[in-house]
Amino acid sequence: MKKSTPERRETWITGIGIVSSLGDGLEATWRALQTGHINVDETTFAPWMVHPLVPLALDAQIPKKGDQRQMQAWQRIGTYAAGLALDSAGIKDNSEILARTDMIVAAGGGERDLAVDSAILTARGGGNSGPEMLNERLMNDLRPTLFLAQLSNLLAGNISVVHGVSGSSRTFMGEEAAGVDAVRIAWAKIAAGQSEIALVGAAQNAERKEMLMLYECGGFNLKEKMSPVWSRNGGGFALGSGGVFLVLESRSHAESRGAVPFARLVNVVSAHSSRSAAGGVEAVLGGLWEALEIEEEPSAIVTAASGASPAAAEESAFLSDHADTPVRAVGTSFGHLVEAQFPLAMAMAALSISRGELFPSNDPSGFEVETKEKPSRVVAIGVGHWRGEGMALLEAIA
Amino acid sequence: MNLRTHPAAPRATSLYLDSGGRPIVVVTGMGVVTSLGQGKAENWAKLTTGVSGISTIRRFATHGLKTRIAGCIDFVKVEPFSSTTLAERLADIAIEEAIGESAIGRKGDFPGPLFLGLAPVEVEWPQREEIALASGETGTIDYDILLRTSASGRFAHVHARYLFGSVADHVCETFGTKGSPISVSTACASGATAIQLGVEAIRCGETNAALCIATDGSVNAEALVRFSLLSALSTHNDDPCGASRPFSKDREGFVMAEGAGALVLESLEAARARGARILGVIAGCGELADTFHRTRPKPDGKPIADCIRKALIDADLTIDQIDYINAHGTSTVENDKMEYLGTAAVFGDRIRKIPVSSNKSMIGHTLSAAGIIEAIFTLLTLEHQRIPPTINYDAPDPGILFDVVPNKARDARLTTGMSNSFGFGGQNVSLIMRRDLN
Repeated sequence: MKKSTPERRETWITGIGIVSSLGDGLEATWRALQTGHINVDETTFAPWMVHPLVPLALDAQIPKKGDQRQMQAWQRIGTYAAGLALDSAGIKDNSEILARTDMIVAAGGGERDLAVDSAILTARGGGNSGPEMLNERLMNDLRPTLFLAQLSNLLAGNISVVHGVSGSSRTFMGEEAAGVDAVRIAWAKIAAGQSEIALVGAAQNAERKEMLMLYECGGFNLKEKMSPVWSRNGGGFALGSGGVFLVLESRSHAESRGAVPFARLVNVVSAHSSRSAAGGVEAVLGGLWEALEIEEEPSAIVTAASGASPAAAEESAFLSDHADTPVRAVGTSFGHLVEAQFPLAMAMAALSISRGELFPSNDPSGFEVETKEKPSRVVAIGVGHWRGEGMALLEAIA
Repeated sequence: MNLRTHPAAPRATSLYLDSGGRPIVVVTGMGVVTSLGQGKAENWAKLTTGVSGISTIRRFATHGLKTRIAGCIDFVKVEPFSSTTLAERLADIAIEEAIGESAIGRKGDFPGPLFLGLAPVEVEWPQREEIALASGETGTIDYDILLRTSASGRFAHVHARYLFGSVADHVCETFGTKGSPISVSTACASGATAIQLGVEAIRCGETNAALCIATDGSVNAEALVRFSLLSALSTHNDDPCGASRPFSKDREGFVMAEGAGALVLESLEAARARGARILGVIAGCGELADTFHRTRPKPDGKPIADCIRKALIDADLTIDQIDYINAHGTSTVENDKMEYLGTAAVFGDRIRKIPVSSNKSMIGHTLSAAGIIEAIFTLLTLEHQRIPPTINYDAPDPGILFDVVPNKARDARLTTGMSNSFGFGGQNVSLIMRRDLN
């Protein structure tokens, strides 16, 4: 059924902040994409691999050492990337705007103290396993600051403290779906006139054994050898470290302050899909494409595909219906950033639009083809490894 | 396909719009479970007779812990115990009651999205130990061993359970909510944020109905120790019922507790169209993040005050129209003081005349669920025209000049109530609810 078309306000992307295994900031990221550089560590966690974060000069975005010490790596990455996004939008340190900037962060959780966990498991395995021992070790070994660093909403809390973003603060949880819906809700609020400007994004530190363990329980990690997303045949994903934040803004608000937009965010849609039936992902993507209300074939598709099975195969089946449209999977170069993966695909779509060219493919399988066409209309696709499908339509602003 | 696009709802006519021209959002179903019991009736009866749900923890051994009391929900069993699994079960119980009362949709087919407030999810000790045991190692067990063992394919259930979206995914499938289910974590404001998301979705015309729920089953040894290390918990172990003492001179910490609350929200137009009984109106929501510190409110209370002001503006009400405040009232020294300062900054001298209660005196601090449970209790207060007391209020803090309804329920004429939630990470949310449409 065709939905009634509402009066939607126009939304622009006016800020992008990104740090990843490829680089710190937009210039470094774009340069790395031009060279096809992939930064993957196949040895530290072998047979598993991760895309490690490039070194950051944290002081540039988190000036107080005390603030840096209060955070774990994922929070530092996110707070840093959020600062870059505010810089990019030209609202850094603009307390008047920041005080009414709405924020939606998609977050997982913080890192465990692996040494404490190991010591407790070892002691309990050795027969000294009374409950009093667990209590005693927890009381003695857990650190209060670690607890705060583990709370999902404390990434947003740190962004509020460090950058002064305080209009509202919401943290969505739920892996890839959280990243999709964070963008969708922020966009919907602006489109409906409930918000003028929003900071939205996520961060991940991939260099964590307990996170590898969670995904390995489900058999989702790529092992042994790095390969492009489309060549993995269900081999899984390589987790990537990174932070991606976007500033979304109503056109009128952006124009009134002379902001330079990257792209127009025309629509964002999401769906809940059950993975229990074969073909479910492909069907959901077909429905989302229709819901996107796209008028003509886009000039490019940038996908957050993880490489996990069976989603990647179903997505490539869906994409075969758009065989003439150049596709880019950001996962090949950046790895899988989970909550941040859809914002990453959107960021790369917006960046391509603003630069007037799609970034080169990095895919010897031939699934991704080169193009000279100017990317004036780009669809970003999100497909979760387990659930969490969404799409966004971005356009060039003439 | 379970797809949600934007927007779907018909445009409301003026009869169904608020003063800002937005669809009026009403409550048509409520469900609640706390340590006081299961369901609205049992909770309300105990809440208004001053019963405490706090007791000595029996679920696990508490040797060596500074705090050995909590508001555990022991009448709901999950095996093997996991905070996430308990949270999910409590959510199911609360939602069944709320949807049953609302009589909306069909069984397993709720006609709107899900907004679910939830504590962060992580692999817990029993699962970590299960993997360690399966490794067969008798010496040192480190994460290299755990990681290798997890690759066996025997632990797919751990992946499925401890994804952050697992509870929302289950609830979405069980109750047939529409679109991508959203889990929100804004610390102790999570329940209020879930309501706010539902209100916004209805106001922007995205949907005619929303299922808002928040749930928390966090009482386990590690969670207790973590709060204990922050010196946030009461250590009144010998007198569990007297431990939570909001706004008292001798308060010394909060009591961890479990619970869940669920609300069915609808546009007034949709509720009327199907002849639903209207239980109250969500008139306004205010939200403002505190940038001062990760756990401490700004000393001048300004972010709390501005959050309350935003709620009043959103509801188009003045301070004179607020008849009752359901306080956040954790019973920690600092939180109660800052809540008073922030609230008093808005209400001025009138603050002494507005009755205030903290449900946490009886149910403890239900953490991620607190905002929605206390919103439900606020709506019940308006419905019954009876204010639940703040128990253990024997020695008022002389610096806090709230009209704290002490120890016994009070009958009153009430039209409008405010429920406040303030959490770690500077998460402040205030909700304003009305009994009647006008």
